[in-house]
Amino acid sequence: MAQYAILIYEAESGYAGGGEAAWQQAMEAHGRFAGQVGERGGKITGGDALEPTATATSIRGDIVTDGPFVETKEALGGFYLIEARDLDHAIEIAKLCPAPYGGVEVRPVMDTSGG
Amino acid sequence: MRSGHGGQRQDPRRDDQATAAAPPGRPGGREPARNAIAAAVAEAHRREWAFVLAATARVTRDLDAAEECVQDAYVAALDAWARQGVPRNPGAWLTTAARHRALDTLRRDRTLRTKLPLLIVPDQTSGELDETGVEGSDVIADDRLRLIFTCCHPAIAREAQVALTLRLVCGLSTAEIAKAFVVSEPTMAARVTRAKKKISAARIAYRVPEAAELPDRLDAVLTVIHLLFTTGHTDPHGAGLLRPELVERSIALARLLRALMPDEPEVCGLLALLLVTDARRATRTDERGGLQLLENQDRSLWDRAAIAEGGRLVIDALRGGRPGRFALQAAIAAVHAEAPSYADTDWPQLLVLYDRLLRAWTSPVVALNRAVVTSMVDGPAAALEEIATLEQDGRLDGYRYLPATKADLLRRLGRCPEARQSYENALALTENDAERAFLEGRIAEMAALGPGPAAG
Repeated sequence: MAQYAILIYEAESGYAGGGEAAWQQAMEAHGRFAGQVGERGGKITGGDALEPTATATSIRGDIVTDGPFVETKEALGGFYLIEARDLDHAIEIAKLCPAPYGGVEVRPVMDTSGG
Repeated sequence: MRSGHGGQRQDPRRDDQATAAAPPGRPGGREPARNAIAAAVAEAHRREWAFVLAATARVTRDLDAAEECVQDAYVAALDAWARQGVPRNPGAWLTTAARHRALDTLRRDRTLRTKLPLLIVPDQTSGELDETGVEGSDVIADDRLRLIFTCCHPAIAREAQVALTLRLVCGLSTAEIAKAFVVSEPTMAARVTRAKKKISAARIAYRVPEAAELPDRLDAVLTVIHLLFTTGHTDPHGAGLLRPELVERSIALARLLRALMPDEPEVCGLLALLLVTDARRATRTDERGGLQLLENQDRSLWDRAAIAEGGRLVIDALRGGRPGRFALQAAIAAVHAEAPSYADTDWPQLLVLYDRLLRAWTSPVVALNRAVVTSMVDGPAAALEEIATLEQDGRLDGYRYLPATKADLLRRLGRCPEARQSYENALALTENDAERAFLEGRIAEMAALGPGPAAG
């Protein structure tokens, strides 16, 4: 099994506009997703939701600025670390990952153990 | 297309496998024999490269390493075949040689292996070699489909899929591929390297897709082969209209795929489409290299054997309900190819086929081609309405054949000033010299005729 990150990019306005109900729906969808990953033979090994980019602080060298590193319409809002057999399996799992206001990116996690 | 590479394994270190060509064990071979050997190796490179590389990649589990071993095997063949004669089964000889080399390298470099993850090869057992380099069974499995599907994986950008297929499946050098696509060699090298690295780092599995995903994945493979063909068929930049090398490679790939997946109607459809389209190759340009329209082509020069083979394949491709886009395109091409003349083409039949094609594949380019058929069934005015819809649609903005088609319809209606304007719009979008010359000729013709009705 190989490790992949599923990075969730969404328009933050989606959740801001949808209020509590949108958030509640998303939480339930992510709960279902966690179950589906196991059913598909994968495994979630980590992950979290992030506070909105308005709370971000960026640092480059000594310069500290208010806001995310890159301003984009759809921002990184959360991630999962999963185990999957290969890229096809990881994509199959990532397609199930809820991201109603954007989409997800699958990235292989680098094996830094050497050898 | 030969079937399979079964039969007995051939060991490159044994002399008794030799057959004719050069007398075994006679040193200092004469020059003609040398040439014959070089030709045999070149032939084996063209025919067997994909087979040898695909089988070797399963051992090295690294595409770069596999390429090196296979190249070494071809170099070794030059000498060995000169001494021992050309083996009965060059593909098996080369595969065994490349895999031995791979095994040696693996043993020697076990500690020096790259940090990149190894190619994921599901169902590994049948490909494992034991320490003597002998495979479990005597038959070397045909891994070419694995190789083709890996090169055309949807996680790889289309242009990189095309480059990888030419590099790994056809064995073309990076320089040759760069030349075919009119990009610099470093650009093409970077494209190929990046794609290979993604296969390994993102763990794109070296396998044939499962039944559920096969239709989509196969479509990507067919699209790549078709793109190769069309790139070879109409050089978008250069002076000539044809790059025969790409055309021939794409047809060879389609034939290979047909041999490996004989039950897939769309594979059949693609091969038919390429054969029937290419059958008109000799007449697509006039003696000065100018563009020759279908209606003016000398049909007696068409390759009747290719059209007949394509026609038989179309029947196979249409069998079994719900034909796909390649089968339907092939059927359309076959109707054109089998017509005795442009005027006597079965246009109503073409209209039916285009409507089925649009249902299978909603492409504005198909809708544009349908408009041409409409003009032959219901007249140019009816076709202009379809063109207007396409202009509003916007997806064909910048597509040179939209204004060119419109111009032709206007010309046939005798609306010369409007036709001239559309020809000029098309000219502004066209880089191919043969097509430019054609459009400039039409513009001059329209200018000379001026406003007023014309025969059409």
